[in-house]
Amino acid sequence: MKVSYRWLLDLLPGAALDPDELARRLALRGAPVDGVSEPWGALKEIVVGRVTETRPHPRADRLTLCTVDAGSGEPLSVVCGAPNVEVDAFFPFAPVGSILPGGVKLKRARIRGESSHGMLCSPRELGLGDDHSGILRMEGEHEPGAGFIEAAGLDDLTLDVEITANRGDLLSHLGIARELATDTSGPPELPPLSGAGDLSLEWKRSPSEPSTRPRPTEVSAAGVSISVEEPELCPRYVGAVVRGVEVGPSPGWLRRRLAVAGSRPVNNVVDATNYVLLELGHPLHAFDLGKLRGSAVRVRTPRIDTGAGAGIPATRAGESRFTTLDGEERSLDDSMLMICDAEGPVAVAGVIGGRDSAVGDDTTEILLECALFDPRSVRRTRRALGLSTDASYRFERGVDPTGVRDAVERALSLILAVAGGEVTGPVLDCAPVPFEPTSIELRPARIERLLGVPFATNKVRKLLHPLGFTVGEERSGRVAVEVPGFRSHDVTREVDLIEEIARTWGFDRFPDDLGSFRPSTVPDDPFFRFEDEIRDELDARGLLEIQTPAFVSEAEGEVRLQNPLTAPEPVVRRDILPSVLRTVERNFALGNRDLRLFELATSFSAPPQEGAPPREETRLAAVVTGRKSPTHWSTESSALDFDCWDLKGLFFDLARMVWGAEARVEPENRLPPRGFADRFDPDRTFAVRSATDVKDVLGAGGLVTGLDAPAKAGEVWAFELALPERPVRSGTPVAAEISPYPASERDLALTVPDEIDFAAVEESIVGYAGDLLESLVLFDRYKGSSLTGSDRSSLAFRLRFRSPKRTLKDREVDRYVARVLKALERLDVEQRS
Amino acid sequence: MSDGARHDGGRVPTDGAELLELEREALERIGKASDETELESLRVGYLGRKSGRVTRAMRGLGGMAPEARAAFGKAANQVKRSVREAIGRRGRELTEVGALALADGVGISGAPSLAPASDRTPSPADLSLPPRHPWRGGLHPVTRTVREICAIFRDLGFTRARGPEADTEWYNFEALNTPLDHPAADEQDTLYLEGGHLLRSHTSPVQMRILEKHEPPVRIVAPGWVYRRDTYDATHTPAFMQIEGLAVDEGITFVDFKATLAEFARRYWGPGTRIRFRPSYFPFTEPSAEVDVKRIVRRKDGSERATDWIEVMGAGMVDPAVIANAGLDPERFTGFAFGMGPGRIAMLKHGVDDLRRFFECDVRFLESLVGRPR
Repeated sequence: MKVSYRWLLDLLPGAALDPDELARRLALRGAPVDGVSEPWGALKEIVVGRVTETRPHPRADRLTLCTVDAGSGEPLSVVCGAPNVEVDAFFPFAPVGSILPGGVKLKRARIRGESSHGMLCSPRELGLGDDHSGILRMEGEHEPGAGFIEAAGLDDLTLDVEITANRGDLLSHLGIARELATDTSGPPELPPLSGAGDLSLEWKRSPSEPSTRPRPTEVSAAGVSISVEEPELCPRYVGAVVRGVEVGPSPGWLRRRLAVAGSRPVNNVVDATNYVLLELGHPLHAFDLGKLRGSAVRVRTPRIDTGAGAGIPATRAGESRFTTLDGEERSLDDSMLMICDAEGPVAVAGVIGGRDSAVGDDTTEILLECALFDPRSVRRTRRALGLSTDASYRFERGVDPTGVRDAVERALSLILAVAGGEVTGPVLDCAPVPFEPTSIELRPARIERLLGVPFATNKVRKLLHPLGFTVGEERSGRVAVEVPGFRSHDVTREVDLIEEIARTWGFDRFPDDLGSFRPSTVPDDPFFRFEDEIRDELDARGLLEIQTPAFVSEAEGEVRLQNPLTAPEPVVRRDILPSVLRTVERNFALGNRDLRLFELATSFSAPPQEGAPPREETRLAAVVTGRKSPTHWSTESSALDFDCWDLKGLFFDLARMVWGAEARVEPENRLPPRGFADRFDPDRTFAVRSATDVKDVLGAGGLVTGLDAPAKAGEVWAFELALPERPVRSGTPVAAEISPYPASERDLALTVPDEIDFAAVEESIVGYAGDLLESLVLFDRYKGSSLTGSDRSSLAFRLRFRSPKRTLKDREVDRYVARVLKALERLDVEQRS
Repeated sequence: MSDGARHDGGRVPTDGAELLELEREALERIGKASDETELESLRVGYLGRKSGRVTRAMRGLGGMAPEARAAFGKAANQVKRSVREAIGRRGRELTEVGALALADGVGISGAPSLAPASDRTPSPADLSLPPRHPWRGGLHPVTRTVREICAIFRDLGFTRARGPEADTEWYNFEALNTPLDHPAADEQDTLYLEGGHLLRSHTSPVQMRILEKHEPPVRIVAPGWVYRRDTYDATHTPAFMQIEGLAVDEGITFVDFKATLAEFARRYWGPGTRIRFRPSYFPFTEPSAEVDVKRIVRRKDGSERATDWIEVMGAGMVDPAVIANAGLDPERFTGFAFGMGPGRIAMLKHGVDDLRRFFECDVRFLESLVGRPR
C-alpha cells in the first residue's frame, strides 16, 4: 500500500518519526517498507520567485516583461506569457539551468528580442495538474529563492508498505498509525478537514429483531429506500443522501494527498470517497441519486428465486450483462451480489460501480454508500470478473465492522466541504446482522507452552491494550480478551492472541539458546543419497551439472498446464534431454565447444488413469562433445574428441549404478524407444531395457543429430536414463577371495566375419573357457588389412586364467583355449595363422 | 618373489666410480631384458627394499665420513632414479612390443629390438612444461547450496524428506490452513495441470505428508522444486528450488524455533552473522516471521564490514490447525517450520545478480563457481 508520510504524521500529532525510524518500526511490526519515493522530486530545482516589477513587452501584446527576485540578490528579467502575473505575488520559478519535469533543461532565451533568465511556471509545466491558463500563484508569504516543494507543502514522501494478507486493518493510514501509536505517545487522531463545518446527522436504523437466521431487511425515509435481500452477504448497508452538490475538480490539497498515496484524482465527490478509503480503510461509493430508478437500493443477486427454494435458479432477464464504470461490459452470474435500483443492477457490491449511475459533472444529488460485504463473496465475484479494485482488495481482507459510522461521517463532512450541498433526510442504516464483538479465552499456561517464556496477565494487558484489545482478569487459569472490531477478521483464536503478544513484545527479545531435542523418527530419504552418488560420479568424471527450464513445447511432454505462462510452453516436460541439448546449442553459440553436461530432473507423464496425479520420475540426461581432455602438448591429435565408446562407457557405468549390475547398454536396432528423446542417429543408438520386461525402455543414448551446431563442433553424444522410484540396493560388498596362485595368460588373435558381432564372440569365449577364466580383454581390433580380407576383422584378446586352489599347468590352459577355438569355429571365427 | 636375495649377483658400491659402473651395468641389462619376469628380477636385484644393490649402497651411508656422505648420497639417489626410470620405460616398451608382435601374428618371444625412448618424456626432463589435467566437473551452485544447508540441519537432527511435485489443492493449500477463498492463496500464483492437480507452489505440502505418516518427534528438511506462474526476471523463475523445514514434538517453543534458525544462520554465514526475526504472515504458521541476516564480509583491503539486512527465509510456529489436520493433538504437540530459497542464497553467496544465469548454464559461468583451485 502506498502511504503518504505527511498524512501519517497528521494522524499522529504526538509522534516525531523520521522516515527511517518509521520504516524500521514498521518492519519490526510485520509491515516492511519496500520503497520510498519523492512524488515531487522532479521539482527540486524550482524555487519561489517574487515578481517585483512588470511592464509590457515592447514587441508582443500578450507577453509581459517581469523582474523576478529569486533570492539570488540580483533581479532577473523574465518574459512571461501568463495573464495572471502580478507584482508582489509569489510564483514557482525555474531558474536557468534547472530541469523541468519531463527532462527539459531551461536555457537563457531571447523572446521577441528580450532576454529571459528563467521561467515562471504553470501547474501543467510542473506536473501539478492540467491547468495551463496561467502561472501558479502561491498563497501566503514566502522567502524568494526558497525551495518551491517545501514552500508549497509538497515535501511529502510515498512509502510503499507491504501489508500481509491477514492484516486488512493496515490498508489505511489510520490502521498504520494505530500500529505505530502503540510505540509512541497517544492514539491516532483524525486531523480536521479543511473547510468542513459541524455535522449533525440523524440516523434511521432498521428494526433489529432477535433471530437465529438473518432475514431480508428494509429501511426507508424521505422517498429513498434501502433493502438488503441477501443478509448473509451484506450484514450492513448504510446510505446517506446529499442534495445540491456541485461536482468539479477537488481542491489542490486533496488532489495532492491522493496523488501521493497513489490514487488518481477524478472529481470532488469521488475524491472524497477515495480519501476516506485511504484514510480509514472503508470503501465507499457515491451514486448519482437522480440516476437510481425509483430512488431505491436493493442489495441482491441476479437470481430469481432468492431464498424461496422453488423453481430453477435463473438469472433475471437483462441482468446477465452489466457495464461497469470503467466502460467494460461484463458478464454476471447468478451468485454475484449486486447493488440494484428498482429495475436492475447499478453496481457490483464491494467491487466496482456502474457506468450509468456514476457521479459526473451534471450530478446534483448523490446517495453515499457505506456497507459491509462478505469477504468470500467479494473475492469470488471479483475473481469471476477478472479484476481487483481498491474496494475489493479491502473487502477481501476484512473491513472494520465497527468503523461504518465514522466513515460515513468523515465522508459526508468532506463532501460538504469540497462539493457543497446538504445532507437531506436521515442516514439510512440497514443492518440485518448486527456486529457482535469477539471474546477469546486466553490461557497464560498455553502462552508459555508455545512461546517458551512466561507472560503474566498484567504484562499481557500492557502489551495488548494499546492495540485495542480489552484484557479481563485471570480466573482459574483463563483470561477473557475482547477483540477490537478492526481486528475481528484476523484475531479469532487463542493462538492469534499469542502471536500478538509475541509480536508486540518483540521477537528479538526472546532468547535463542539452543536446547536439547529428540532425534527424528523420519529416516533420511535414501533417494537423496542416491542422487548425490550419481552427481558425485558424474562430477568426478568431469561433467558439469546444469539446471534447465521445466516448461516446454507440446512435443516434449504430455502433461498440460491449465494456465501456462506462455503459449509456446504449455506442458511440463516428460523428456529432459531436449532442454539439455538446447543448453548445448546455447553454449555452441557462445563459442563453448568442449561440453560435458548433465541434469537430474523430474519427468512428468500422463497419469495411469483419469483423476490420478501425473506420473513423476527422476531422470538423468547427460551429454559430451568436443575434446576428451584439455589440450596437452603430449597428447596425440588422433585421440582428441569424445566418441561412441566414451558415450557407451559413461552410459553403461551410470546404467549399472542406477539399475544394478543386471543393466545392459545394448545397441538399439528397433524403432526409437518411446518416451525418450528420439534425437539419435539410428545407426548409433543404445538402449537400456528392463531385465523383467524388454518392452520397458529405461534409457536411450547415442549420437545426437539435427542439432544447431557450428561446423567446427565435434560430434554430440548423449543419453537419457530413468531412475527407479527407490534406489536399487546392491547390498554391502563382500571382500573377494584373492588367489595366491599365479595367473596364466594366453593371447588370441582371431579373424571374424562381419556378420558376427563382438558380443557373440565374447559370449562364446566366456561360455567355453571354463570357470577358471579370470578376465577377458579385447586389446586390439582392426579391419580391412591384407591379413583379414575386406569382409573380416581382426580381434586380439588376452585371456587370463587363474585357480583359487593351485598353480595351473600349461597343458590344462592350452586345453581350455583349444575348446574356445573349436567353439568359435562354428561362428566362422578363425585363429589367425 | 619380492625378496631380491636370489638375484644378488654383484658387489655393493662404496664410492662414486663404483656407483657409475653399477649404473652403466644396470641400464645395459635393463635395456636387454626380454620379458616382464626378467625385468622384475632386475628391479629386485638393484632396487629391492631388502637387498637391492643400490638400496644397500645407500644404507652404507651411515658409516661414511660426513664430507663424503653428501656427495655419495646425491650420486646414489641419481642412480636410483635413473635405474627406476629405465625399468619403467622398458616395461612400457615390452607391453607395446607384445601388442605389436601379436598384431603381426608373431609370438611374444620373438620381440624386435628396442624402440627409441619416447620424445614425450624429454631427458633430462624440462619439468617446467605444463602438466596434464583431466576435465574438471562440478555440481550446480544451487545443488551445492542445498547440500550445505541440509548438512547443517543434519547436524541439528533433521533428516531429509521428499514429496511429489504434482500435488492436490488439499496438500498445497487447505491442509496448510489456507482456504482457497482467502487472499493468502493468491500470494503464490499457482500453476494448475489439466486433470485437476497442481504443481506445488511451495515445499510445505511435504509437512503434511510427513506428519500423516510419522509420529513425532519429526525433524525434517525437504529440498525440492516448486513452481509458480512467474515470468523470468532477475529474481524470479517459474521453477525454483526450495527447502522446507519442520520440527514437531511435545514442548517445542518459540525459543527453540529462534535458537535453531539462529544456530543455522551462524553456522552457514559465519559466527559474526546477526539475525533478525521480523513478524510476518503465513497461513500455516503462527506466530510467523521473516528471518533476516546481516553478514560480515571482507573488503578487498582485508577490513570487515556488515552487509544490509537480507531476507533469507520465512518461518514460524506451526499453526495448531495444521497439527490438527495431520490428525495430531495441537494441545500436546507444537513445532516450527521454515522455508528458504537456495537459489537466492546461492546468488548472495556467489555475487550473482540475476537468477536466470543459473538456468542459462553458460559453462564459463558454471565453471567459475566450481571453486576448486587449479
